Amino acid sequence: MAATILAADGWETVIGLEVHVQLKTRSKMFCGCSTAFGDPPNTNVCPVCLGLPGALPVPNAEALRLATRAALALGCTIHETSVFARKNYFYPDLPKGYQISQFDKPLATDGDVWFESPERGRVDVVIQRLHVEEDAGKSLHERVPGKTAVDLNRAGVPLAEIVSGPDMRSPAEARAYLTMMRQILVYTGVSDCSMELGSLRVDANLSIRRPGEPLGTKTEVKNMNSFANVERALEAERARQVALLESGGRVQQVTLLFDAATGEVRPQRSKEESHDYRYFPDPDLPPLVLDRKWIEARRAELPELPDAKRERFQTVLGLPAYDARVLAGERAVADYFEAVVAAGAEPKAAANWTMGEAMTGYNESGAFAVAPARLAELVALVKDGVVSGQAAKRVYGELAGGGAGSTESPRAAAERLGLVQVRDEGALAGWVDEVIAAHPGEVARYRGGETKLIGFFVGQVMKKSQGKADPKGVQPVLTAKLRG
Amino acid sequence: MATGHATDHATVAREVGARFEAAAGLNAALHWSQANLDVEAARLARGDGAGPLGGMPVAVKDNIVTTDAPTTCASRILEGYVSPYDATAVVRLRAAGAMIAGKANLDEFAMGSSTENSAYGRVLHPLDPARVPGGSSGGSAALVAAGVVPAALGSETGGSVRQPASFCGIVGLKPSYGRVSRYGLVAFGSSLDCISVFGRTVDDAARVLAAMSGVDALDSTTVDRPPLTVPAPRGDLRGVRIGLPREYFPADLDPGVRAGLDRTIAAATQLGAEFVEVSLPHSPYAVPTYYIINPAEAAANLARYDGVRYGQRRIGPDGDVRALYQATRGEGFGPEVRRRILVGTYVLSGGYYDAYYDKAQRVRALIVEDFRRAFGSVDLLLTPTTPTTAFRAGEKTEDPVSMYLADVFVAPASLAGLPAMSIPVGRSEGLPVGAQVIAPMMEDERMLAAAAALETIVDAAGEVR
Repeated sequence: MAATILAADGWETVIGLEVHVQLKTRSKMFCGCSTAFGDPPNTNVCPVCLGLPGALPVPNAEALRLATRAALALGCTIHETSVFARKNYFYPDLPKGYQISQFDKPLATDGDVWFESPERGRVDVVIQRLHVEEDAGKSLHERVPGKTAVDLNRAGVPLAEIVSGPDMRSPAEARAYLTMMRQILVYTGVSDCSMELGSLRVDANLSIRRPGEPLGTKTEVKNMNSFANVERALEAERARQVALLESGGRVQQVTLLFDAATGEVRPQRSKEESHDYRYFPDPDLPPLVLDRKWIEARRAELPELPDAKRERFQTVLGLPAYDARVLAGERAVADYFEAVVAAGAEPKAAANWTMGEAMTGYNESGAFAVAPARLAELVALVKDGVVSGQAAKRVYGELAGGGAGSTESPRAAAERLGLVQVRDEGALAGWVDEVIAAHPGEVARYRGGETKLIGFFVGQVMKKSQGKADPKGVQPVLTAKLRG
Repeated sequence: MATGHATDHATVAREVGARFEAAAGLNAALHWSQANLDVEAARLARGDGAGPLGGMPVAVKDNIVTTDAPTTCASRILEGYVSPYDATAVVRLRAAGAMIAGKANLDEFAMGSSTENSAYGRVLHPLDPARVPGGSSGGSAALVAAGVVPAALGSETGGSVRQPASFCGIVGLKPSYGRVSRYGLVAFGSSLDCISVFGRTVDDAARVLAAMSGVDALDSTTVDRPPLTVPAPRGDLRGVRIGLPREYFPADLDPGVRAGLDRTIAAATQLGAEFVEVSLPHSPYAVPTYYIINPAEAAANLARYDGVRYGQRRIGPDGDVRALYQATRGEGFGPEVRRRILVGTYVLSGGYYDAYYDKAQRVRALIVEDFRRAFGSVDLLLTPTTPTTAFRAGEKTEDPVSMYLADVFVAPASLAGLPAMSIPVGRSEGLPVGAQVIAPMMEDERMLAAAAALETIVDAAGEVR
């Protein structure tokens, strides 16, 4: 573990995170209802997720597959036997009066991951547990004036809860951890991890202490809708605790809600008594027994994870660390880049194109406009001097656009646009002669020993040729004629 | 009575309706209508009647959901509630040619042993209106005993079919846990709940059970085995070793019950059975164990009746959600239901879990082990079903523990999930006596074959002394 971070105020921050991610299934955890987001209220419901009398849960095999995959990607030990438990509490959006979750026998424990701390380099984090549970519905307070309405479309949506150890030491580290977590879960196809669409939620626990002292009293902060706001909320809560302790007060173990509008945290309306969830094994669901072989099959399904990919991009493909990190950061980008390389492009050039034009387009539209093989062909045209780097960008724009270029080969597009570089000595000599004739003063200075003017002449020839002249071919012709 | 081979389903429907009318005084049925019976008859005539049950009228305990009538669980909180789906058992019975005749009264949410806890009034014993028919499936038992229907569905959590069968002098059959889907049975004690059957004869009960048994994708606790088959009649019990657990024959056992068992043992011996004494040493702990596990599960299972989505809703004085819960649940549930919810909440509370729920689960494992060991040396067990014959209404209502002890001989098999049934073996002072046959896990057919053999030789209607 890296060194501790001591802020200027002398307080050390300790943060642990509970991340809830929605498992990317078509149907709910214990019934066949759709998990689609944004449908009209109470349209994706059935006797099971409504908690009607007599209905029973049946586990969704795909959800268990995804949760297992996530646990393996996070380095967890998968337990061959885990147990669904009932977590009992009353709330209008909780149809059965209990949530089916896992308690003392979770699916997986003891994972380890690491992230790059902005402050202290590599930080290892323990994943204490990963368990599977169902989501609750949603209380709608504004929909019906003066009343609370309940939408149960989300009730029963499958979630994995991932609990970290208290291993983060600053709000910025919390954010870096979340970025790493999202990367892994999106990579493995476990979840979309969209905070806006509610497929990733974060509860953060924070305490402060003087260095070397035992852990302080922690508070829980909720209601953050972006990673940036997690960082902001934790900064606010840290400041609140520091002010409290420095004025001689004590931190109470409370749950706080972040208000993005004011940037403040405020205590959740206090419940009348502390919750006793009275967990017990759900008698409707036999213990979940996973076969060793089945677990190993899930392991075999894991894609190469971002870490390993980053490493390979550097050591095998020879990319700079920065390029490797950017490309490996998102699976779709990495896959695209690798496809371009596989189609024959030189890795560094493929990286530049992927991180440049291709990623700009991808970030705008969510798709790569130019097929990897075509981009590889364009890269080859530049390498072979058929088109200039400048001209290649125009060709790319043509290939990516909706016009004629969208179906042409890169070479055909370059030819149609007149961007193929001219290397024919006769043509080059023609442009060189015109340039020499037009600039007698510069010619005289060059001949007088001012040889650095060669660059000026090359530029003039390029201009005259409207960029078509191959600069590599121009120089020897120029030199010969200027000496002339 | 026309049952199995009736072709004129409409006639049967009218006869059943007339018998419901005639038996109305028992308060055994909560919902039935001639219109529904006629619809059922028409459906049977269109083809379903060709199924193995051949149009047999079957009443259904009102904690099993059906779409054509309310399902109230005899509770105010579900007054008027109609399920949008049918229980798997009901779907299968219909497909097998049963006529779903109506819904039977019960102890509220199946909590009770006398059917005095119904929000819609107690059920009367068909032979003596001052007595109880047993419970919690007392309405189903009374309908069969009174001849309204030849068979009825009840539900067992801790003897709720065997005990009333014994009191009413009919067959009560609980299958192995997992043999019949619980989908659509309103959950009470989920690890114990079994849809079970009453019949006038072993064969009727067995045929109904067979028709609804088998794995169900909608219930993860069903066992992946083929449906039960009705065993071919067998005239003797030669080579069958039957254990008599000494804990089930205490010195203070009701003399009439003891006499009923004695003549059953004599009859079985005559058929060639061999009897040995066995011990199930943890049996005395079955009732206390049951009354921890069952309320714990019940408290969670009944949390859904909150007035938010369905059923009765009462707005509390403060108008907030807490007041809604308090008023809805406080007024909607009767005293026994409230008692179990409180006990169940208590035994799962922080700091008490290990002392109660966890310990009860460990005792339950010992009870399972008792049976396993006993079945190492015997094929079946024979015991009294109940310590006494039907008791008087009001006799035990003020003392819940004495009521709970009416289930002392039936609770252990429920905790162990074993197949068990009660058969009538005679009468003591005019009241039926039942004998219980218990079989090893999934050996339902072995139990049914033995019960069918005994049925041929024991005079169920005769006085035992």
